[in-house]
Amino acid sequence: MARLGMLIDLSACVGCAACAVACKMENQVPAGASRLWIREREVGTFPDLAVEFRPEQCNHCENPPCVPVCPTGASYQTEDGLVKVDSAKCIACGACVAACPYNARFINKNGYADKCTFCSHRLAKGQQPACVETCPTYARVFGDLDDPNSEIAKALKAAKRFDVLRPDQGTRPKVIYLNAPSKKGLTQEVSNS
Amino acid sequence: MKLPRRNFLKLSAAAVGAVSVGGAVTLTSRAKAAPAWYTKEVKQVFSICENCFWRCGIKASVVGNRVYKVDGYKENPKSRGMLCPRGQGAPAQTYDPDRLKKPLIRIEGSQRGDGRYREATWEEALDYIAKKMLDLKEQYGPESIAFFGHGTGDGWFVDFLPAAWGSPNAAKPSVSLCTAPREVAAQYTFGRAIGGHEPIDWPNTKYIVLIGHHIGEDTHNTQLQEFSEARKNGAKVVVVDPRFSTAAAKADRWLPIKPGTDTALLLAWIHVLISEKLYDQDYVEKYTVGMEQLVAHIRPYTPEWAEQQTEISAEVIRQVAREMARYRPKAVVPPTRHTVWYGNDTQRMRASYILNVLLGNYGREGGFYIAMPPYLEKYPTPPLPLEPAAGGCSGPAAADKEPEGYKPRADKGKFLAKSTAIQELIEPMISGQPYPIKGLFAYGINLFHAIPNVPRTKEALKKLELYVAIDVLPQEHVMWADVILPEATYLERYDDLVAVSHKTPFVQLRMPAHEPLFDCKPGWWIAKELGKRIGLEQFFPWQNIEEYLDTRLQSVGLDLETMKSMGTMVQNGKPWLTDWEKENRLPFGTLSGKIELYSEALAKAGFDPLPKYEAPQPVPEGFYRLLYGRSPVHTFARTQNNPVLMEMEPSNSVWLNAGEAARLGFKPGDYAYLINQDGVREGPVRVKITQRIRKDAVYITHGFGHKAKGMTLANGRGASDSYLQTRYTLDRISGGAGLRNNFVKLEKAPPPKLKSVTQLIKERRA
Repeated sequence: MARLGMLIDLSACVGCAACAVACKMENQVPAGASRLWIREREVGTFPDLAVEFRPEQCNHCENPPCVPVCPTGASYQTEDGLVKVDSAKCIACGACVAACPYNARFINKNGYADKCTFCSHRLAKGQQPACVETCPTYARVFGDLDDPNSEIAKALKAAKRFDVLRPDQGTRPKVIYLNAPSKKGLTQEVSNS
Repeated sequence: MKLPRRNFLKLSAAAVGAVSVGGAVTLTSRAKAAPAWYTKEVKQVFSICENCFWRCGIKASVVGNRVYKVDGYKENPKSRGMLCPRGQGAPAQTYDPDRLKKPLIRIEGSQRGDGRYREATWEEALDYIAKKMLDLKEQYGPESIAFFGHGTGDGWFVDFLPAAWGSPNAAKPSVSLCTAPREVAAQYTFGRAIGGHEPIDWPNTKYIVLIGHHIGEDTHNTQLQEFSEARKNGAKVVVVDPRFSTAAAKADRWLPIKPGTDTALLLAWIHVLISEKLYDQDYVEKYTVGMEQLVAHIRPYTPEWAEQQTEISAEVIRQVAREMARYRPKAVVPPTRHTVWYGNDTQRMRASYILNVLLGNYGREGGFYIAMPPYLEKYPTPPLPLEPAAGGCSGPAAADKEPEGYKPRADKGKFLAKSTAIQELIEPMISGQPYPIKGLFAYGINLFHAIPNVPRTKEALKKLELYVAIDVLPQEHVMWADVILPEATYLERYDDLVAVSHKTPFVQLRMPAHEPLFDCKPGWWIAKELGKRIGLEQFFPWQNIEEYLDTRLQSVGLDLETMKSMGTMVQNGKPWLTDWEKENRLPFGTLSGKIELYSEALAKAGFDPLPKYEAPQPVPEGFYRLLYGRSPVHTFARTQNNPVLMEMEPSNSVWLNAGEAARLGFKPGDYAYLINQDGVREGPVRVKITQRIRKDAVYITHGFGHKAKGMTLANGRGASDSYLQTRYTLDRISGGAGLRNNFVKLEKAPPPKLKSVTQLIKERRA
């Protein structure tokens, strides 16, 4: 049993979207949908500027709001801490899509809720997730957060600070960001209200 | 089972007895849901990416006639197991329904540009071309046909075929529209090329100064990896750019320079290194000539003077020069690839190399390494009548002499360098001077999105007697050709072996992942079949490409079958870093045998032997200087019909300083037309209101603004910088076309009436 998670070092990420394209190809994600996407936001005023390039995907939360709302049990957590969808059980009701605070899920045209799986099919073969393998800036580290000898646990231990998306939601994400360029941490959505 | 509710934030520091997973993670059976292709019988085929010209080694995952995924592989020194977004998305092009599918011949009586074609067999199309070529040769000579091209297959159509045919008018955009100034400057300074894989010892450098260098937006894979490594290893980064680029976002210091004043900054840095005696005196004394002249020349170029030009404070200029000196020789100012900026670009590159030399970094760790080329014999053919004239991004052409009975290239005398300049071969098509160019082959190059002054190019195309386009997509310029030959994509064909000068020299193979779709043919086949028809059969003595490749591979003790199972052959060899110094073997190919700070050769040719500063052309009132660059998910104008990449970035936008946007009344979400100094209008294009650019310039990424009706995703999206570049400033040394002396104003525009890329993709499938 492992507790699988991912670190994304924002000081390395250039927002090139190699991860997003690799994901799209690997998982044959349909047109109009994404399992992984990049946000780019500028901070500051000329000439004192920073840019946050931030890949986002399913956070494989420890406390995933998408799971308890599922009426059929199609959304579930694996023993390794992945949040997954059993497409055979899914009735595409969209409850999980609405419950996810990260907009990480979509309804696949083939009639089920779809999202990042950390490429579990690749993990089963001993490969890294497609986004991790291709990243040309070495921004991503994937592995078992519970294994103190894993690269991810070591990197996390060495970090002075780390951030997750929407910590206020109590979801306990396992996609963890290092080195946000702004001193205030991760940039936030501009609220429409 | 229920997950233990642990707070991992605390956990990271706690030592808990967890299960260690080495290799494959054990997953429950339900978790194994895989994409459909992954569960089928997947064949792995080695190849070389073609979505940019970095040419990474890839492994294609093939099921039947479809490649689902490509990956880098560790043994390949270019990809090293990783790929950029363009490489990842590249396979989608092969399955693009808009592809050229059959040879086409322009309907008789129609005008070039009307786009009216009939389908033809390969036999008929090739016979048609051959007859016209032989007619033109008889009437005007072989030099009356020009050969333009870009891509791995340009070896067949721009180097080999014209040299066998007898035309020196062969040109690549990668020279005079890209690397010419840096390559020519390198020859005059070091007597060596920089080469296609820029030989910077990134992992060991401690201080990097990027001037207009767009790493991160330009996603040349290995370079991006090594830049990342350098930063992880603690290198400091300074970025000089009028725009807060992605590289600037990763830098320790951003110098928002006034566009076009880079040489002033470089000269001031040289001034500080010399006046404060911070340069590597031992290196300069041992390996250079002309220091005395440089010392005298550099005196007036003080930081205070440079501040007036560049709008960077003298104090910052001094600080950065001192920091460079502190880290030397592990401080480096890497050359950019696209160096055709303002027309005096060879001199700017000379200034940059002189600065590097004062840091003592050429041929040293943390600076420039001296790359070794791999060993690989050519296929034995009878000697070609001409030397290939085009050169390439790996360096200039080898020779510039015409054998008895052959004409010199049509642009000879317009500039000093030996290689052709593609934009200078357009005028002879119109004027017939110095002699007529009546025929043109366009292989893989986009004539309208690469060569400045599109109206002139269109006028030239109308005057031709033969215009052949070899391509994969119905690009706008392709649909002007008399004959269109649909090439197999990079996943469907063999190409010649790619030999790369690198830290470790290597040779890599492209082989087909599956048969060509439709009635498409590989470039090697087209070249050979055409060669047969135009009397060049003797130069194509090989039966097929497998025999050709096998023969070449035997020269390095391999054979094609073995190479197919390896993909890449890494040869022995290491870069020259310190060995040349220890062994006292100077690697400089200059006349003096040393690094030429002062260039006697340039002086003799009537040019400044030391770089001088020329102020850029001023920005006209009411206009902005048009700057351009790269999107990380697109390459030139080649990828804007790729559904996967277009979903990532479906259009460019024009970057406008927020203060200027407020002054002009642009609000977020607004669109604009860009109108240049000659009244050419592009757009509508979305306005990106940003703090990330100076007030005197606007910026768009290159490659958008397609006007090709047959390219359903690309057509009509965004604005084209190339169409707005109606002017260029010729660099009289390198032949480069300086493209940054074009200016635009913004006019409010309605949003374009376009279907979304997603909707179009779905409609195309239906």
